[in-house]
Amino acid sequence: MNVDSKFLARRWFLEQCGVGLGAMALGHLMAGSSPAASADPLAPKQPHYAPKATRVIFLFMAGAPSHLELFDFKPQLAKFDGTLPPADLLKGYRAAFINPSSKLLGPKFKFAKHGRSGAELSELLPHLAKVVDDVAIVKSMATDAFNHAPGQLLMNTGSQQFGRPSMGAWVTYGLGSESKDLPAFVVFSSGKKGPSGGNSCWGSGFLPTVYQGVQFRGSGDPVLYLSNPSGVDPELQRDSLDSIRRLNEMRLNVTGDPEIATRINSFEMAFRMQSSAPELMDVSREPKNVLEMYGAEPGKPSFAYNCLLARRLVERGVRFVQLYHEAWDQHGNLVKDIRQNCLDTDQACAALVQDLKQRGMLDDTLVVWGGEFGRTPMVQGGGDDGRDHHPNAFTMWLAGGGMKPGITFGETDELGFNVVKDKVHVHDLQATILHLLGFDHTKLTYRFQGRDFRLTDVHGNVVKQILA
Amino acid sequence: MYLVIDYKPLSRILLSGIASLAAGTLMLAQTGASRKIDYVRDVQPIFESSCQSCHGAKQQLGGLRLDSKTLAMAGGVSGKAILPGKAAESNLYKRIAGIGDQARMPMGAKPLDEARIAVIRNWIDQGAAWPEEAGAQTAAIQRHWAYIPPQRPALPKVGNAGWPSNPIDRFVLSRLEKEGLSPSPQADRVTLLRRLSLDLIGLPPTVEEVDAFLKDKSKSAYEKQVERLLNSPHYGERWGRHWLDAARYADSDGYEKDKSRQVWFYRDWVINALNRDLPYDQFVVEQLAGDLLPNATQEQRVATGFLRNSMINEEGGVDPEQFRMESMFDRMDAIGKSVLGVTIQCAQCHNHKFDPLTQEEYYRIFAFLNDSHEANIAVYTPEEQMKRAEMFRRIREIESGLQHRTPDWPERMARWEESQKVEQPEWIVVQPEVDDISTGGQKYLPMKDGSLLAQGYAPTKHRVKLTLRTNVRNIAAFRLELLNDPNLPLNGPGRSIKGTAALTEFEVEAGAEKPAKVKIARATADISLPETPLDAIFYDKTNRPRMTGPIEFAVDGKEETAWGTDAGPGLRNQPRKAVFTVETPIANSEGTQIVVYLNQKHGGWNSDDNQSHNLGRFRLSVTTAPDAAADPLPKSVRDILSVPREQRTERQTETVFRYWRTTVPEWREANEQIAGLWKGHPEGSSQLVLQSRSDPRDTHILSRGDFLKPAKEVSPGVPAFLHAMDADAPPTRLTFARWLVDRDSPTTARALVNRVWQTYFGTGLVETSEDLGKQAEAPSHPELLDWLAVEFMDRGWSWKAMHRLIVNSATYRQSSRVSPELYARDPYNRLLARGPRFRVEAEIVRDIALAASGLLNPKVGGPSVYPPAPAFLFLPPASYGPKIWDEAQGEDRYRRAIYTFRYRSVPYPMLQMFDAPNGDISCVRRGRSNTPLQALTTLNEPLFLESARSLALRILQDGGGTDLERLSYAFRRCVSREPSEPETAELMALLKKQSRRLSDGWLSAWDVAGLDVDKSPDLPKGTNPVQLAAWTAVSRVLLNLDETITKE
Repeated sequence: MNVDSKFLARRWFLEQCGVGLGAMALGHLMAGSSPAASADPLAPKQPHYAPKATRVIFLFMAGAPSHLELFDFKPQLAKFDGTLPPADLLKGYRAAFINPSSKLLGPKFKFAKHGRSGAELSELLPHLAKVVDDVAIVKSMATDAFNHAPGQLLMNTGSQQFGRPSMGAWVTYGLGSESKDLPAFVVFSSGKKGPSGGNSCWGSGFLPTVYQGVQFRGSGDPVLYLSNPSGVDPELQRDSLDSIRRLNEMRLNVTGDPEIATRINSFEMAFRMQSSAPELMDVSREPKNVLEMYGAEPGKPSFAYNCLLARRLVERGVRFVQLYHEAWDQHGNLVKDIRQNCLDTDQACAALVQDLKQRGMLDDTLVVWGGEFGRTPMVQGGGDDGRDHHPNAFTMWLAGGGMKPGITFGETDELGFNVVKDKVHVHDLQATILHLLGFDHTKLTYRFQGRDFRLTDVHGNVVKQILA
Repeated sequence: MYLVIDYKPLSRILLSGIASLAAGTLMLAQTGASRKIDYVRDVQPIFESSCQSCHGAKQQLGGLRLDSKTLAMAGGVSGKAILPGKAAESNLYKRIAGIGDQARMPMGAKPLDEARIAVIRNWIDQGAAWPEEAGAQTAAIQRHWAYIPPQRPALPKVGNAGWPSNPIDRFVLSRLEKEGLSPSPQADRVTLLRRLSLDLIGLPPTVEEVDAFLKDKSKSAYEKQVERLLNSPHYGERWGRHWLDAARYADSDGYEKDKSRQVWFYRDWVINALNRDLPYDQFVVEQLAGDLLPNATQEQRVATGFLRNSMINEEGGVDPEQFRMESMFDRMDAIGKSVLGVTIQCAQCHNHKFDPLTQEEYYRIFAFLNDSHEANIAVYTPEEQMKRAEMFRRIREIESGLQHRTPDWPERMARWEESQKVEQPEWIVVQPEVDDISTGGQKYLPMKDGSLLAQGYAPTKHRVKLTLRTNVRNIAAFRLELLNDPNLPLNGPGRSIKGTAALTEFEVEAGAEKPAKVKIARATADISLPETPLDAIFYDKTNRPRMTGPIEFAVDGKEETAWGTDAGPGLRNQPRKAVFTVETPIANSEGTQIVVYLNQKHGGWNSDDNQSHNLGRFRLSVTTAPDAAADPLPKSVRDILSVPREQRTERQTETVFRYWRTTVPEWREANEQIAGLWKGHPEGSSQLVLQSRSDPRDTHILSRGDFLKPAKEVSPGVPAFLHAMDADAPPTRLTFARWLVDRDSPTTARALVNRVWQTYFGTGLVETSEDLGKQAEAPSHPELLDWLAVEFMDRGWSWKAMHRLIVNSATYRQSSRVSPELYARDPYNRLLARGPRFRVEAEIVRDIALAASGLLNPKVGGPSVYPPAPAFLFLPPASYGPKIWDEAQGEDRYRRAIYTFRYRSVPYPMLQMFDAPNGDISCVRRGRSNTPLQALTTLNEPLFLESARSLALRILQDGGGTDLERLSYAFRRCVSREPSEPETAELMALLKKQSRRLSDGWLSAWDVAGLDVDKSPDLPKGTNPVQLAAWTAVSRVLLNLDETITKE
């Protein structure tokens, strides 16, 4: 080995740690920033202006929860239960399964006002009721899609068509990662099934693949291929990695290709992840009262357990955590199933808000709760126990991260059919989330196929009224 | 056509900035309609400050340029912008004033103030006077380079005349010399062969291949290797994979349930087409319109699977037409990216902002493609085709034997025909109303012939309620016809993957207020099969014995039994009919409701998989005739009977004979023999293809791409900015396909050679290989790109000719080593002063491990396979529904990664981690990431571990007697070259240390080497498990080296 190449290797390690061709080839990060300034694709980056939130936990209630049973109390709907909706209302309306001219179905649960803010919530959400003063409820959500896969894609990627980057990917692209040994964007799935949009819900689309969400599991290896293979003890693993590193260094000296330095880093981070991910999953040191607060049982995969892990992840610098809970598609068995869903989720959602708050993390962690659309005020099925998909109006809630706490925003009509005040389209929600993270949503762009794409497509307005 | 001229900015600046500002101030003060507007004083400053950044010399969004009189007056893609004297009708005024439904100008900025808008309005109303000398003196927008057909450029002169091997090098060297750089020396032979092998077949060379190459001292040694590799069947796999990215190939539907689909015939078509070097123009024509070629072969029909690789949404409650449109958009996008190299999908919603493509032009292209059924046909492998041919030959032989032995058969058949000409009851088709709630989410689309076509979500168990509206009184019987339809699996008539259906019960209710059950006295059908247990794919997780059988099963009141129509392979996809005679005719007096329930409960347990057994297309009729029964004659035969015998074609006579012979009692033996032959008919596979409709659809512009908002109707046509289409050719999909690969196409050849270049060098000559349009960055070597494009066409669009050219160039053969100076100067190697060095694609990462370890199964083609993967990924809640992943245990476990089954919603983890696209949309440029998850995969994923263990075994078997020999052997299997001294030292130390730890019992040799403790290991003579385990550790390190998965 000659002196020059040794020097070269050293230089690469000292100066270019984490820099690779792949990394440098990214370019186009945001208007005005030079590619060289952000050579490591996951290096922490500054957004356009001072952010209110630096991380996001998105509780995605896939299948689309009924706003009429949970948040949006409609006495008139109860009054007109069993009658047909006004024909004018249905003009141009398309439903997925039902003939839109189906009988109205009154809300199935009691509502009451809670907290100092007096927010109205269903009896199914007793835990959320306790933290409702920390939450902003948006009753005026609206979307364009009324089938699950396109609806979930629209919520996650801003487009009903496949191929666009997901919100978590955009955020990671824009902000990079604060964690050196965990992925920046982590996804969990609980409930009956996986989301209808599949992998694309957390895909990177045309963004570099380093920004795609990484699926974690609540049991077993949290990350695929995390454990050493059978027979490989820690020492053999470390010895192997050392050999790989030294051999890669030798090759770097010969070829001069800095991509090898990136590969060396990748292996080191993989090794660190092998200890940090199990540490993340080890909730044995969580106090009993915390576990009880969430309703989580160690080792038992559940939405509640995933909520606790989400908190642990953001504590460790993970940027974007998304929990899918696909269980809300109540075409039938509405009463029984939505009650069960709330038993499965309400406590943990509230606990997450409370836990973040007590740790002083709620201020800069944005929690988002919601599904891909709402449910029809009309009944589905011959009985009186189901609702079809409804894009015109639904409810979501947000907490922390610069949201105004303790407010209820927007209104639907007396049947909960259309938004009548302060409509928030999915693109507006996305613009608002990006805004809280410090981005002008029109400027967080990526050039692909000759066009600067963005999460909000060509739409979206920041909903200023709900910001703190 | 635009003229190509140089843009000459006006040298005379008419107004300084200050003057302009002053004019602005002045203008603001006087905006009355009466004031005479002066272009230079009043209008030009507005254009300059608010319009020309988008509509000026640098770019002309919407094709509009407002700094030149000629061009401003010519307008843009939306037509004229300025109509002198008519401000209210002028787009320019309307857009800045926010009149109409188009986005207000200036786009993305604050609207102009009232005063400025008034200036523009008044100026136009006053006649839009524009002095000739004002503004840029350019009469034509300079055409974007990519829209001018490539011409063969002259080869540039170079200083270092000895370096170039072929014209490619002249272009590259000329640029390097301009930059003051020199090319790198040639890579050493081992590196070169490995590079070549990875590039041409996607596999590393074997140790023997390297040795043979090193020994070959002939001048043509390298060229010989090129030819060897180009002739390898693995060449098609390697290069086919690239096309499959562009073709967004995957083995599943994509949306939600993401059901598996059989499309591997298309995948194999691509591999074979490349292996036989099907010229690219033909390659494209067959994929877009193979079905329309004269006497289209099965292969050519399979090729149209290219367009059918779109995803299909069959979640409950979809409007099938909405998602057919999504598929159409996807096909347009795929053609734009993969063939044209032009982004076209923007024009789905509006005129393209950057490239001169209008929305109308988009839908005119769309119209060419909007002519097809979404068909799914039966396809057969060559062996199966031979088997079929043999079967048909033998049937014909038996039939001619019958005819030979019965010379009077025509007369006998004629007599039989007469006996069949009994009067058929008059059947009146009724179009029922479908009860939405009873469909289980399936859509029943009414067809013109009164039938209903089942589309969208396919529930496995449902009972659809059909309400009949008919004035027919005294209904004595109902007829249910099961019909074929190209949009059903294998042409139907059912929706099962075999195109079959089962009818559990046929039920009728009638009455005024509360309809009462109507008793069915008799059921007849033209097919009566024996009682057969339900096929395993319809298992419903109950222990009930469920079966299909004769038509009586549809009226026996039992949910376990159903009328079945599966007559076996080759015979099952035919129309069928059943007649249900009621005990007492239904009077059907005024106000009566007749309800028919078609109970369809013979599907499987998993409605998220392909387990439906529903009727696909059917029609209901009623008759008043007493004692109606199902016509035993198939419709095809019945129709021929009405043709006078002497006018029948040979084929028609044959069809009648085929049916008639089955009715002749003394031919029982022959009939049974033939029936036996049919039982041996191969099952075949299915393939999604295009099949032209006899009645073409109308195509409309869709406002904002919304299928519910059709606007103006359009006819098929091609965009004006591209080459013209032969005006005399019929406006068909075939004509369009041929137009795409016309010699005059400015982008087609460029797009393809650019992608070939990208594959070799990591970056295309145009970096954005999916888009050569105006927004694309300029090519690094524009003349080389054109030269290659012309050469490609001149060489008959031959892929292999392009490969020969590139790999034989000195540019390609350079060493990839890079000095810090050169790296700093050209980090992405766009100048090509060195050879390419980058990590290989996902599939090749896998294939290298399998090849190096000796596990690789080199079989080419066939159904996709299931190598090891974590089972939970294919089950809820990771997956939407339970998916099949029957992990291969035999040789299919080690197939090349191109054959790995691809679920779009659950991508194969190893491939996804190394950036393989999942087939959602067309992809012509993959990312190339370098992540810790990749490291975890190659370290710990089961198949990589198996590879390490297998490599260790190879080493002990064939690696020689000493550890040094073994190490060299192992090293060469992974990276082709010999290890250096420090490398040897490093690995020997590892071997030694781990051997010690194994011997001392710190590690279990059995565990590390993956040996079965219950069996005595099958090890090479003189070796032991400790050695195998120690070498497993070394092998694992070797397989994880950067160099192993890198093309150097």
